[in-house]
Amino acid sequence: MAQSEDIGGVAAEPSASLDWPKALRDAGLLALFTLGLSFPILAFRTRQDLTQGLVLDPRWGLVATVVAIAFFARLGWLVFGGALTRGAAAGAARVSRALAPVKPYAWIFRYIVLALLAAYPFLAVLFTGTGGALKWIDNFGIQILIYVMLGWGLNIVVGLAGLLDLGYVAFYAVGAYSTALLSTHFGFSFWICLPLAGIFAAFWGIMLGFPVLRLRGDYLAIVTLAFGEIIRLVIINWVELTNGASGISGIPRPTFFGLPFNASDEGFAAFFGLQFTPLHRLFFLFYLILALALLTNWVTVRLRRLPIGRAWEALREDEIACRSLGIDTVITKLTAFSIGAMFGGFAGAFFAARLGFISPKSFEFMESAVILSIVVLGGMGSQIGVAIAAIVMIGGTELLRELTWLKAVFGPSFDPTQYRMLLFGMAMVAMMVWRPRGLISNREPSIVLHEKRAIGGDMVKEGHG
Amino acid sequence: MSVSSGDAPAGVKPPILQVEHLTMRFGGLVAVNDLSFDVARGDITALIGPNGAGKTTVFNCITGFYKPTAGRIALYRGATPKPGTLDALTNSPRRFATGDDGGIFLLERMGDSEITARAKVARTFQNIRLFTGMTVLENLMVAQHNWLNRASGYSFLGLAGAKSFRDAEAQAVDIAVQWLDRIGLKGRADDPAGALPYGDQRRLEIARAMCTGPVLLCLDEPAAGLNPRESAELNEFLMSIRSGNGTSLLLIEHDMSVVMEISDHIVVLEYGTKISDGTPQFIQNDPKVIAAYLGVEDDEVDEAETELEK
Repeated sequence: MAQSEDIGGVAAEPSASLDWPKALRDAGLLALFTLGLSFPILAFRTRQDLTQGLVLDPRWGLVATVVAIAFFARLGWLVFGGALTRGAAAGAARVSRALAPVKPYAWIFRYIVLALLAAYPFLAVLFTGTGGALKWIDNFGIQILIYVMLGWGLNIVVGLAGLLDLGYVAFYAVGAYSTALLSTHFGFSFWICLPLAGIFAAFWGIMLGFPVLRLRGDYLAIVTLAFGEIIRLVIINWVELTNGASGISGIPRPTFFGLPFNASDEGFAAFFGLQFTPLHRLFFLFYLILALALLTNWVTVRLRRLPIGRAWEALREDEIACRSLGIDTVITKLTAFSIGAMFGGFAGAFFAARLGFISPKSFEFMESAVILSIVVLGGMGSQIGVAIAAIVMIGGTELLRELTWLKAVFGPSFDPTQYRMLLFGMAMVAMMVWRPRGLISNREPSIVLHEKRAIGGDMVKEGHG
Repeated sequence: MSVSSGDAPAGVKPPILQVEHLTMRFGGLVAVNDLSFDVARGDITALIGPNGAGKTTVFNCITGFYKPTAGRIALYRGATPKPGTLDALTNSPRRFATGDDGGIFLLERMGDSEITARAKVARTFQNIRLFTGMTVLENLMVAQHNWLNRASGYSFLGLAGAKSFRDAEAQAVDIAVQWLDRIGLKGRADDPAGALPYGDQRRLEIARAMCTGPVLLCLDEPAAGLNPRESAELNEFLMSIRSGNGTSLLLIEHDMSVVMEISDHIVVLEYGTKISDGTPQFIQNDPKVIAAYLGVEDDEVDEAETELEK
């Protein structure tokens, strides 16, 4: 007993009385483990010599660096980790205490965020100039907002109804391809394609949902994953309709009530007497996706307070109890699936019109995984958590592109974007350790009698299918 | 067609539920064997028997969670129908027949949620199934989903914030608050259901089932895990449901202080077969019931064996 306490003591309460030999042994073991792991991965670089033969270049320096980093990181954690965790907890408590009197004014905060979002393109121009703003509005603003919207759409399915959907990107693809096909074949404008894309995606949600939703848990996840892949493979192989892997180009861009964003005399700039700049289109796209995302949020928040939203959450909590209360679980699941799909379809329509070109490459499983991890990282069911997670995940990926100075450290062939998945994984591990229920795990009641109180994440179930 | 209600008639009250020749097989195992009994309107009927006698299986058949292998389960809502209507319905492919003054529902043909929504049979579970992450009030609101969802215009009127829906929601909250008052949980309406003590969770689950507006309430071991004081409170609560709401009750229970005190009629099951059926006094003195619960004397076993050998 005493011994096992001692062993646990090193990891859990290090700074109380640090046992140096144990800590060193622990860190040494981790270093050894890292060596074992990195040996087959990092130790040799393969290349072809002039005679096309395979040459192994040993990279023992790199292995040694990685092992040393692991050793000292572990040792550092054992020495300072406890104090760090305690400090962070105390800091969080202090912040929440300090915020307590501010809480009744939380709505002000919401308006500040909205105002900042509305001013974002202008701020970007102000701080980075016309040239720099292109990147900040497009890569950060629009790109992140697309994922915020997709995250919010999937949040209905996964976060509220508790149905694990690994093929959400299928609906995104349906929306994008229906917009692309309708506009290139029939000349429909973006504003007609947008609602149609939502309707088609919702329709597909129902089509896929009917056979699938009697499954639960892992089975549902596998089948939705398969459906996501089926849609992608159909798109690749049905060349006559979709042009296969080469994709569809020449999708008309959205217009401002019929005014195209170009330099012509009928264009937006000429009509308003402005000097033409590509920024106009970006501003427009930014506000368009902002409006679509806010619409998604508005509908979700409203639906959550309606009987249907409460039924979704009840379904996530206990499906059998739902059936005993006379709730038709098939219809309830289908509504969640199809409404989630509809917002995916809207986002897809926007995606197609924004780029003017789509190909099956954009709708791979990785996209579903990214959207799902945004929802899980944000805290299932939490709107604000999903938005923050999308900013962190997508903004973080975009920021990697900016880290060109790292080339000075790691050599000119270093490409930081290649480490995207590594950072994803690290974010997930960090989340598992510190916030296993997502960034914002508290649930807000949908109806209140006396006083609104958040429900702790440990009470809320995650759903089982 | 009427089924005799066993060895002792339970009174002359018209039945609300008639179970006839109910049989449920799981592969080779016969869980319920040719069971027939009636639940009289306005009665509290108890289903008792040793562990594994098939009581919960009967419940699951009545509430649609299992499809019975054979048998008929008829529920009457409103006035007792004319003779012959039940057989006419049974011979038709329909699942239920409703009129102005009620209806007949063939529960063995209906699905679980349909039984609660249309036939108005509600149930609770042996292991409490509350929505633990939702508040007490939300639990009672979910129970009123069907009519509220219609009132919200299948969410369209609700999304638009129509006044008719807001009124309906206020009415639903009123109903929920009335039930919270009756179970003494009004002060905890905004607490998550999972944070309530066990006895409160039991009462909340019953109140939640009642919020569906049932004519027949099926309770699976409502007194399990309650202390004597809580059991007595539960008795009072169940009696008030019967008298105040006119709901008939069917309950499975092992706690004899509950069963004997509040039941009007008891059905005893052993190994899936009915061994006795009657008033509490009748059941208490029935030698077959005593034998099933306490075991039998050795000479009685001998007697039975010699009878078999004949």
